[in-house]
Amino acid sequence: MTRYLPVIVTAAVFALGYAICALQFPAFLSTRVIANLLTDNAFLGILAVGMTFVIISGGIDLSVGSVVGFTTVFLALAIETWGIPPLAAFMLVLFVATLFGATMGALIQGFDMPPFIVTLAGMFLARGASFLLSTESIPVTAPLYSAVSDFAFRLPGGGRLSVVGMVMLAVFFAGGIALHLTRFGANVYALGGSRVSTGLMGITVGRHTAAIYALSSFLAGLSGIVFSLYTSSGYSLSAVGVELDTIAAVVIGGTLLTGGHGFMIGTFLGVLMQGLIQTYINFDGTLSSWWTKIVTGVLLFAFIAFQQATLALARRSVRGATAKGATP
Amino acid sequence: MSPSPSPTAATAATPLLAVRGLSKSFAGFPALDGVDVTLRHGEIHALLGENGAGKSTFIKAITGVVTRDAGTVTLDGAPVAPRSADEALKAGIATVYQEVNLLPNLTVAQNLFLGRQPTRFGLVREVEMRRRSIALLRDFDLDIDVGAPLGDYSVAVQHLVAIARAVDMSARILILDEPTASLDAHEVEILFRVMRNLAGKGLGILFVTHFLDQVYAITDRITVLRNGRLVGERETAALPRMELIRMMLGRELSEAASEHPAKAATEAAPDAGGAIRFEGFGKAGYVAPFDLALASGQVVGLAGLLGSGRTETARLLFGVESADHGRLTIDGEAVRLASPRDAIRHGFGYCPEERKTEGIVAELTVRENIVLALQARRGALHPLSRREQDAIAQRFITMLDIRPPDPERPIGLLSGGNQQKALLARWLATEPRLLILDEPTRGIDVGAHAEIIRLIRQLCTEGLALVVISSELEEIVSYADRVIVMRDRRQTAVLEGEAVNVTAILQAIAADTPPLAA
Ligand SMILES: Nc1ncnc2c1ncn2[C@@H]1O[C@H](COP(=O)(O)OP(=O)(O)OP(=O)(O)O)[C@@H](O)[C@H]1O
Ligand SMILES: [Mg+2]
Repeated sequence: MTRYLPVIVTAAVFALGYAICALQFPAFLSTRVIANLLTDNAFLGILAVGMTFVIISGGIDLSVGSVVGFTTVFLALAIETWGIPPLAAFMLVLFVATLFGATMGALIQGFDMPPFIVTLAGMFLARGASFLLSTESIPVTAPLYSAVSDFAFRLPGGGRLSVVGMVMLAVFFAGGIALHLTRFGANVYALGGSRVSTGLMGITVGRHTAAIYALSSFLAGLSGIVFSLYTSSGYSLSAVGVELDTIAAVVIGGTLLTGGHGFMIGTFLGVLMQGLIQTYINFDGTLSSWWTKIVTGVLLFAFIAFQQATLALARRSVRGATAKGATP
Repeated sequence: MSPSPSPTAATAATPLLAVRGLSKSFAGFPALDGVDVTLRHGEIHALLGENGAGKSTFIKAITGVVTRDAGTVTLDGAPVAPRSADEALKAGIATVYQEVNLLPNLTVAQNLFLGRQPTRFGLVREVEMRRRSIALLRDFDLDIDVGAPLGDYSVAVQHLVAIARAVDMSARILILDEPTASLDAHEVEILFRVMRNLAGKGLGILFVTHFLDQVYAITDRITVLRNGRLVGERETAALPRMELIRMMLGRELSEAASEHPAKAATEAAPDAGGAIRFEGFGKAGYVAPFDLALASGQVVGLAGLLGSGRTETARLLFGVESADHGRLTIDGEAVRLASPRDAIRHGFGYCPEERKTEGIVAELTVRENIVLALQARRGALHPLSRREQDAIAQRFITMLDIRPPDPERPIGLLSGGNQQKALLARWLATEPRLLILDEPTRGIDVGAHAEIIRLIRQLCTEGLALVVISSELEEIVSYADRVIVMRDRRQTAVLEGEAVNVTAILQAIAADTPPLAA
């Protein structure tokens, strides 16, 4: 049961937060606010799905924010300047991003380097590359972009579930299935438990590490596409520091930074939690948007403290149960 | 021993596994030097040798977990060179490594089927996987919740699960590196049944152990290694035990140590005053309240089946778990025992069973590991000087024959048995007044085993009180003044004096009605 406790707590805190918001601003109950919550956090959500895989496998990916920035600049240039059709440009950037992630994964495994260092280097590299491409903010005027932002799934009550919101939901759904119901997902947990043991059990550790970072970067590329569609522009300074928001969302969602434990639904709640705080601040109107960061920080701290406490508890109960399986 | 399958002419000629001239050095130090091993079809083959002889390294070199420097491996006549555990598995070689390698954060079922889960449309069929897991564990008489995390279970259960996984995956060869080190007699029987069954199907099994009884009970042939070199290969039935020991140690085991002479008549009556007394000590849902009085020089053995509460009792005695009733008096004075730190302050020592997780700090050197508890007891303000540390480390390395005798080597690089010795040294170095040992001789070779028992006896004459948990009843009998038998987490019998013998203990373990109600 202790396994589910962090997620249950996250869900409870989210429900409580939502109730407080709704009491103060009844509009929170409208589908419009809910739909906007999804749209506004789509790019963060997609990143967080990839980050969940990485963190459960015992790693960390600091490069995702820079990959988003790179992707937006690349797309803007490709579509506006180089004349590449948007869909082809999407494919191309996803390919580049995936390759980038796979390389980081291979380096981590091949040279036994800490993921923190390798992805930190990746972060500088991707950010630097986007500056090389352009330092301007480039608007994207392709018809596909306006078509996408005009299209929305109308919800009863006036809400508009946008394409990017739907993409995020789809990514969460697919990510949840991959993590919880496939062999690959089980191997991700295994790596987070112990890399050595996983290798000795006959899982190809190297290939999986590469695949996990490739997945994270692929999703960062996808998130970049979503960001580009959402803002209809490309700018090398976009999504600076977003990797930390992403990690925060994953941890608030109950995933252990040490790896091996966590749930996709928790990450979803973690993302919505950050969105909720932001929305509350927008509604209030008098608060500075930096309050989002402060509340996120407090929440993060509270959750990590809470996780340590439950872990300690779990350890004790394990001891109590050491002989549970004996069959004399 | 195992029923040989009728081998065809071809398989009779070519051995299942032929290893020739296998060599491996670690940083210039040869761990294996031109070793040949031949494993036949349907054979159970013992790989024996002292601690650090190179058995585990040999296994890892075959399966490609460590790269070999020289040598060939042929499987049914075809050369193979796996580069990882994964490739070895694909070639049909399944292994349980000495450090039980499973994942505590995954469920039992996931551990059993990791990498080969039944799937449909790419999705793991959880229900089917659990059904198969239950069926698989039934062969091991293990009836547990396969949906629970593996880490919830005892070391022995984890070990059995690891074995079950390997058995299920072994297509041609099964390698077991000290699989019985944490199992009790009943579970060993189950394992042997499974092994005989596999051998009957024509699989070859390579079996590493330090229990010579087990060697004679199950194996067909024996290969002995010493200091990384091949000593010889024999038919088990044609090799007398003394001869086997001589092959392993390269010398005779001194008579005094080889068998257990009757212990010195114990006149150490449990005197009332100068003693450690636990009264009504217990914790609800963990261990039922018990009384335990220990005079200095006394040895109390804790016997019982796996899961009977022996380790739990030890943890209570050392304050790892805090008791919720009862009291502890030392020399007639009531003292608090809320944490291991309290225990260490009162001069208690505890050498746990799970040395990998609770004992050694793999990155630290042998010296640092040995002085750890002593330093903790003195506190950070009274550091041991480097010279003192060196002297202590050197003394115990010699006393327990830790090999290689290099105090500056990271302990994680030592062989399993030598790690165990270093752990024992850590507590001996604190010169405790009460030492609690959980399975102290597990994974330790015959030579060192005798040495450790001798040491235990000597310590007792010097006034140490000792609580020893051991599944080897002969060992308990050889040094215990009193034996407490446990079942279902309560003490069911106390045997003293004349009553301390193997038969009586076995009877007490098996007894349906507890002979002692208190
Ligand atoms: N990774 C390593 N680096 C350096 N030395 C090592 C390494 N692994 C093993 N050794 C050394 O190789 C020798 C053989 O070790 P090995 O683990 O094979 O012994 P073993 O026969 O399995 O002993 P035990 O019965 O204690 O398990 C030991 O001296 C050990 O210290
Ligand atoms: Mg070994």
